[in-house]
Amino acid sequence: MNVFLKTRLAEISWSIVRGVLIVGLCFLIVHPVLVKVFTTIMTETDIFDRTVQWVPRNFSLSRVIKHYAEVMQNMDYWRSTLNSVVFSLVISVCQLLSCTIIGYGFARFDFKGKGLLFALVIFTLLVPPQMIVIPLFLNFRYFDFFGLLKGGGYNLIGTYWPFLLTALTGTGARNGLFIFIARQHFRGMPRALEESAYIDGASQFRAFWEIMLPCATPIMLVIFLFSFVWQWNDVFYTGIFMRGGMPLLPFSLRNLMSKYHWSISAEYKTIVNNTGMVLFLVPILLFYVFLQRYFVESVERTGIVG
Amino acid sequence: MKWRWPRISLTQKHNLYGYLWISPFIVGFILFFFAPMLQAFRFAVSELSFTPDGYALKYVGLKNFEYALTVDPEFNQHFVETIVSILVNIPAVILFSFFVATLLNQSFRGRTIARAIFFLPVVLTAGVLHELEVEDLMYLTTQDKDKVMLSAAVVREFLLDMSLPKAIIDYVIIAASSIPQIIEYSAIPILIFLAGLQSVPSDLYECAKIEGATGWEIFWKVTFPLVSPLLLTNVVFITIYSFTAPGNTLVSYISSLAWGRGIFGVSVAMSLMYFLAIGVILLIISFVVGRSVVYME
Repeated sequence: MNVFLKTRLAEISWSIVRGVLIVGLCFLIVHPVLVKVFTTIMTETDIFDRTVQWVPRNFSLSRVIKHYAEVMQNMDYWRSTLNSVVFSLVISVCQLLSCTIIGYGFARFDFKGKGLLFALVIFTLLVPPQMIVIPLFLNFRYFDFFGLLKGGGYNLIGTYWPFLLTALTGTGARNGLFIFIARQHFRGMPRALEESAYIDGASQFRAFWEIMLPCATPIMLVIFLFSFVWQWNDVFYTGIFMRGGMPLLPFSLRNLMSKYHWSISAEYKTIVNNTGMVLFLVPILLFYVFLQRYFVESVERTGIVG
Repeated sequence: MKWRWPRISLTQKHNLYGYLWISPFIVGFILFFFAPMLQAFRFAVSELSFTPDGYALKYVGLKNFEYALTVDPEFNQHFVETIVSILVNIPAVILFSFFVATLLNQSFRGRTIARAIFFLPVVLTAGVLHELEVEDLMYLTTQDKDKVMLSAAVVREFLLDMSLPKAIIDYVIIAASSIPQIIEYSAIPILIFLAGLQSVPSDLYECAKIEGATGWEIFWKVTFPLVSPLLLTNVVFITIYSFTAPGNTLVSYISSLAWGRGIFGVSVAMSLMYFLAIGVILLIISFVVGRSVVYME
């Protein structure tokens, strides 16, 4: 066989191997979601029936729709979803603003103790939240402006405040990562941009707001996306600081079972739970489908590389 | 001589503004991090109880630590288990994500969709889903542990026959049975590696091909050294991520002690020990890996 044929054969066999690997791995990832979706269209008898794995025997669209409507009712779906959307949006925008500002400060200014302070930023990423969440909880429960206000203190649990305060100061969940990303990005931009603004008489903030920020839109998108998704899915911080506050989607899902009588069969329970899970996933999946391009391209732009 | 304000240059004045830019973080760190950490130390050596208008602390010395290590039935087990599983996972995740990143870097049809799917686990991992899944009937039937154990034993026999070192075989078997977890942890490392692979200048590859290097040589002499800084980034990232990921048994145990049984002091003491463990492991790992990283100057 001549060389050309051999290389061509090698290429084709590699394509096949690669294709099999990729399809297999993708299937592994997508499989759980598919299982959930298919479970929701089954009936109790279908789950008992071991021969049914994907397609149910008696499928009726009206029954499925009615079932979904009932679960949505029990989950308080529309209200929780709206709450989650507004909440995640507000908090991630706050985090975006504060992290870019702080990142810019670290990138462009050379002040004493900068290295130490940046090490503190990384430090916030390392500390397990369990350690500080209990003191934080107590802090917010009996909030008295750190000793300035006498008499009992306010209960901030169940409101936006704990999240707002930590978001606006760049100390929320994984904000250290965002600050790091912002700093890397701003470091990579030529100083000539701001210097030209300063020559034209702009103040520092104006140079930042009107020149650097528009150039940093890809990074801002990255930070916003990650922040939004993490805030949406979060049950740890919201579970502690939002107790008794407005209903959020993850918690509506958790509490779904409590709306049903304790004696329903395990099979029915699984249908209900999976319906809840599918409903839970739909908003975030839609969000992801429309914006996945930015997710995937995003890391290249963070400047973590090169 | 008349005292004057010390003269500072324009650059120095400019740099002082840096403090202003960073100020939100400084405020936030002191209020929401440093103070809670100090309080956490106080909590770890005392017993917390709620009173009608606040809370009260009673100093008990190292009793909480003693309790966690000697009296509590599950802590030691969870602790060791979690740490071991994290250490075991790290190499598997690194290898897997590097391999997948190399695959995804080649051009083939449906590449965008494949990339989108590989990044899906980041969006799908919500703590709630994991909680519900563990008791869910359908999920458990799809897991089917018995089948997995059986095939694992068969593969193990096969590998033993090939006289590979036993430790490696065991490792591979453990890694293979936790593939879903590895895939979940690999989502972001895959992206990071992918970005790194794409930043390798293509003329280096051309050069190597002209010089007659084989694919294997190109990989070890060109690709791998240039991507090695990211190896360190990824190792650190994976370690940190797995320590606070949902589904971590130690973490949920610590939380259950605090919120379920109300013994806050012990809970904080446990998380302190956990934190120390993380810190030490992270230091060791970054030191070891950092030595072998090649930087392009």
